[in-house]
Amino acid sequence: MAEIHTSTVPSDALDDRSVSKAEITARRLALIAGLLLLLVAPFLIYPVFIMKVLCFALFAAAFNLLIGYTGLLSFGHAAFFGGAAYFTAHSVKEWGVPPELGILIGTAGGAALGLIMGFFAIRRQGIYFSMITLSLAQMFFFFCLQAKFTHGEDGIQSVPRGHLFGFIDLNQPIAMYYTVAAIFLIGVFIIWRFVHSPFGMILKSIRENEQRAISLGYSVARYKLGAFVMSAALAGLAGGTKALVFQFATLTDVGWQTSGEVILMTLLGGIGTMLGPILGSAIVVMLGNYLATTGFPVTIITGAVFMICVLVFRRGVVGELAASRIGRKFGLARWL
Amino acid sequence: MNAPSPQSLGEQRAVLSARGLSRRFGGFLAVNNVDIDVFHGEIHALIGPNGAGKTTVFNLLTKFLQPTAGKITLMGEDITSTSPDRVARMGLVRSFQISAVFPHLTVLDNVRVALQRPNGLAHQFWRPMSALDTLTGKADALLTTVGLMRERDALAADLSYGRKRVLEIATTLALDPKVLLLDEPLAGMGQEDITAIAGLIRSVAKTRAVLMVEHNLSVVADICDRVTVLQRGEILAAGDYATVSQDPQVRTAYMGREED
Ligand SMILES: Nc1ncnc2c1ncn2[C@@H]1O[C@H](COP(=O)(O)OP(=O)(O)OP(=O)(O)O)[C@@H](O)[C@H]1O
Ligand SMILES: [Mg+2]
Repeated sequence: MAEIHTSTVPSDALDDRSVSKAEITARRLALIAGLLLLLVAPFLIYPVFIMKVLCFALFAAAFNLLIGYTGLLSFGHAAFFGGAAYFTAHSVKEWGVPPELGILIGTAGGAALGLIMGFFAIRRQGIYFSMITLSLAQMFFFFCLQAKFTHGEDGIQSVPRGHLFGFIDLNQPIAMYYTVAAIFLIGVFIIWRFVHSPFGMILKSIRENEQRAISLGYSVARYKLGAFVMSAALAGLAGGTKALVFQFATLTDVGWQTSGEVILMTLLGGIGTMLGPILGSAIVVMLGNYLATTGFPVTIITGAVFMICVLVFRRGVVGELAASRIGRKFGLARWL
Repeated sequence: MNAPSPQSLGEQRAVLSARGLSRRFGGFLAVNNVDIDVFHGEIHALIGPNGAGKTTVFNLLTKFLQPTAGKITLMGEDITSTSPDRVARMGLVRSFQISAVFPHLTVLDNVRVALQRPNGLAHQFWRPMSALDTLTGKADALLTTVGLMRERDALAADLSYGRKRVLEIATTLALDPKVLLLDEPLAGMGQEDITAIAGLIRSVAKTRAVLMVEHNLSVVADICDRVTVLQRGEILAAGDYATVSQDPQVRTAYMGREED
């Protein structure tokens, strides 16, 4: 039995044991503070920037659902993100569907791509899994390059935002912002619920000891596939939303660099934590935006950040914080 | 209680049986032409020196390894090319030689994970974790049976080696299997646990079939109804303990170990 154990996760991050009352209160307060921040943010910061952060944060959180909670490292998540952007953009622009349906089509498209990719990759272990996801995503990239509806190098441009539910005009920046914020919250809630569900418990036990899970009668591949499709669907939700925000869908989002970027965001923030990928994507997006104005090559900086992350704080920003003395004192690992 | 009554031998049908079971690793025949029958209500011991192929036989029977040759039937159904998780769902459940628990789950959650599938609570991704609270009563009953109630809320990783083995038996019993395959279940346990768990195995075997690998020959003599001796992948002898232990071949090959 040449099984490679791919568990890379600080499992205490998932620990739900004996949570004290004070901790629950603290958790609630933090949640309310976060929601308030999301509410007032567009009045303090440029809304398009926050929307970009939120789309990538949801993307990273979806990616983390896979790596953090099943130990599977996908190198092909750009296919779901970028693919969904094309599906949403095409359906809204060419078929004239309302934005909510367009995003739903993107999400379903991401899930369908996830089902196909997962079907071929899910039984592979470790690096083989990663290589298969990468090569399938590259095949999808070339499909997008060649296919008519994607308009090749040009991409799908000037995608109309339309009216949400027929009456909310998304061309109003503030309406668009709150829509994105709501989608982000729904997406993160779905991930949170998924991880802390009976299904999530089985995923966790598979990650802890796959052989034992099999011997208890669990068809491990099916549970992994379930997580893979869920992750792909939520990456699709993020990609479809991004297409509406920026009103275009291009090859950039299906390229391997995007798959790499989401890995970076998740690693930087902290694998296997709820907050980590969100924070990580905020940092990476911020860095990208800032560097774009200075003309300094972005790839060098992100490469350096990646190196520092791997060498110095392997648990990511949030992971290190939770593992620090203060973090342990307040039991942060349990709710970050 | 160690000798099977004579009339039961002919009539009983084996719950689990293998014929001509073989497994090759490269040029090495780890298991060679093994026949084995495991009966309802009995404990069957699989013994033999280190490297004899006992664990490999377990891996073959539970389909964690695919046999190179041979046929396996479980309750009359051919399982030679069935997947290991399906075999487990059919009621053939194994434990591992190197203790297999979920280290970062609590003792209680280890048992609840085992209970989830048979109770239809394994695929609900939309329900909160509290949905599993309905399993706590059953899990507690199992923990009481094996004597792990005191460690109920500890992480499995924090248990001693022997207590982990006890936990593994509790999770195995949680599935209410028809056939139990236990790979050295008593290894690493203190004498107190050995007595208790051997007694537990004896009592659960009343309503199911047990095949166990065991080095502790006094336990084998005590609780096992049948013994199969394996050496270099082949069956050296089979029968009840008294007969097998008198076999001159067995005495030279294996029983010399009895003293250590
Ligand atoms: N996956 C494998 N690949 C190659 N050889 C193997 C493999 N598994 C087992 N073997 C070999 O097969 C032989 C039997 O091993 P097995 O683990 O079944 O013995 P065992 O009777 O359980 O021994 P022990 O009493 O030490 O547990 C050994 O020589 C072992 O090295
Ligand atoms: Mg062995």
